[in-house]
Amino acid sequence: MIGYILKRLGLALLVALAVSIIAFFLLRLSGDIAVAIAGEGAQDEDLRLIRQTYGLDRPLVIQYLDWLWQTIRGDFGTSIYFKTEVSKLVLEKLPTTIILGFSALGFALLISIPLGVLAAVYPNTWIDRLALGIAVVGQAMPNFFFALILVMIFSISLRWLPVSGSGTWLHFVMPTIALGYYVAPAFMRLIRAGMIEVLSADYIRTARAKGLPAGKVIFKHALRNAVVPVVALTAVQLGFLLGGSVVIETIFALDGLGYLAYQSITYKDFPVMQIIVLLLSVLYVLLTLASDIANAWLDPRIRVA
Amino acid sequence: MSDTILGVDGLSVDIATPRGTLHAVRDISFSIKRGETLCLVGESGCGKSMTSLAIMDLLPKAAKRQTRRLAFAGEDLAGASKRRINALRGNRMAMIFQEPMTALNPAYTIGNQLIEAYRLHRNASESEARERAVFLLGKVGIASAAERLGQYPHQLSGGLRQRVMIAMALMCGPDLLIADEPTTALDVTIQAQILRLLADLQRELGIAMLLITHDLGIVARIADRVAVMYAGQIVEEGTTEALFRSPKHPYTRGLIDCIPVPGRTVPGGRLGVIPGVVPSLVGDIRGCSFRDRCSFAQDICAQAPPMRGTTDSQSWRCILENAA
Ligand SMILES: Nc1ncnc2c1ncn2[C@@H]1O[C@H](COP(=O)(O)OP(=O)(O)OP(=O)(O)O)[C@@H](O)[C@H]1O
Ligand code: SF4
Ligand SMILES: [Mg+2]
Repeated sequence: MIGYILKRLGLALLVALAVSIIAFFLLRLSGDIAVAIAGEGAQDEDLRLIRQTYGLDRPLVIQYLDWLWQTIRGDFGTSIYFKTEVSKLVLEKLPTTIILGFSALGFALLISIPLGVLAAVYPNTWIDRLALGIAVVGQAMPNFFFALILVMIFSISLRWLPVSGSGTWLHFVMPTIALGYYVAPAFMRLIRAGMIEVLSADYIRTARAKGLPAGKVIFKHALRNAVVPVVALTAVQLGFLLGGSVVIETIFALDGLGYLAYQSITYKDFPVMQIIVLLLSVLYVLLTLASDIANAWLDPRIRVA
Repeated sequence: MSDTILGVDGLSVDIATPRGTLHAVRDISFSIKRGETLCLVGESGCGKSMTSLAIMDLLPKAAKRQTRRLAFAGEDLAGASKRRINALRGNRMAMIFQEPMTALNPAYTIGNQLIEAYRLHRNASESEARERAVFLLGKVGIASAAERLGQYPHQLSGGLRQRVMIAMALMCGPDLLIADEPTTALDVTIQAQILRLLADLQRELGIAMLLITHDLGIVARIADRVAVMYAGQIVEEGTTEALFRSPKHPYTRGLIDCIPVPGRTVPGGRLGVIPGVVPSLVGDIRGCSFRDRCSFAQDICAQAPPMRGTTDSQSWRCILENAA
């Protein structure tokens, strides 16, 4: 197990490296960093000076290696737009995104587990169809659209929640619901399918033969086995959540990493973009690893060899 | 307290299939006395499993049970509530299944699964239940039982798992044990051990047992009574002695003749082959269901044959008084 984890961590490092290379060159191809620093309409002379000062006249490979060396040493550079250190900026925004990610995940599980279980226990009934309907709507509706509906209901009509901004937990409510509802359908389908399969397993009949009440059969004996694949999906969905948080944080002006990513793209803030892309990829790989470990731990056939 | 532990009266099981309603069990009746072993035999697909699942109220969703009376220890369970059934299942009546590899939950330890029913039905503490589990694991011949409690099903061989299943069924000291081909999935050498174990335990604990098996050798050795099923019906029923000495129904005759050494049974011997095929169970069967394969068939067999045999020791469903 330890060897496996080390191997995966090594892989994570390789992925991070690859992502950083791709991101670096793509970002450089997408625009001129000197223009971003100097601002539109700058003189050719200024641009040349900037290129010289920042070493942008060197070959891209050299620039990348230079960037890599700085990054490894912990120097993430300075934001062009915010004029502060990127590391400070990112550390400031990270907690907001982590809170949003986990609360959205929690919300998604909170609605998808009961719905998935109900749909599986009463397959092809109105309960099942209702759950399916909720899932289809969640998947079909773009999440910015759903976010706007939430704003109209809870902020404009009911005036319960602030339209946008950060600061209090109330600011997290709508982003959490919007983002959570976005990933819930995938969980619900998986739980429904898993539960239907597990409920026809022999050991469920054994559990019923013991005289256990239905709740114990469903939640102890069936759900426990049906959630194993859900854990694997969680990592993938957390990736979606990270991506979705860019949209949702921007809509609600929630001051997290996603919003920062959006701003850095808008202002062509290359150093910030570069680090955010790297950070997101590392996070994603680590989450996948965490879910693999959780998966192994949940399955005694892997855990107790 | 009556001395009949299980009285099945007019039990039918219908399964909805795309081709129509499949009548898997057709109006069967039998009873088991306390401490008695009844073996249910018959070809694959004749409805043995459906019968046992119907008694335990464990039929799959597509299968519907109908019964005039399903008496357990004098109490009619035909219309009993789920709660009442749950109070009896795993407690007064228990079941062992054919497939020990999949009958245990892979996510929980043996100990966890063993003590569940005991804690529920007996309101016992965890340590009391574990003590009982260790005792029973010892009884079913599992060495170092205490250590086994912490193991997961995948760490045990098929034979061991079936022993665990037996111990699990015995946890609450049931009055009735239903075992549906408990050894078919096991190695031949293990099969004999498990069946001997079951027979010994049954005798020692005085449990009534409904044993479903293909193995007529086993039937001859451990059954008090035998019921022979064909196409969803019981075609002959009686004491083991009477049935083996003078089988009356041509199908029973066929089964016993298929045993390799005529007149004597061989341990491990399986039901042989009787020429012909079983009629489709979808829809009604008119007349005797064995008609197509019976060498004694006559025109009159196109009508439902009468039940014959007046004594408790043997009855059969045939136009013939004696097929011998
Ligand atoms: N889920 C199901 N759906 C449709 N038909 C079924 C289902 N389960 C069983 N059957 C049918 O019901 C009939 C009785 O099945 P049952 O399992 O009781 O047979 P059995 O006597 O136990 O056979 P075996 O010796 O193979 O276990 C068979 O004809 C079978 O095809
Ligand atoms: S009733 Fe007729 S067909 Fe059926 S078993 Fe008896 S003799 Fe054969
Ligand atoms: Mg069967």
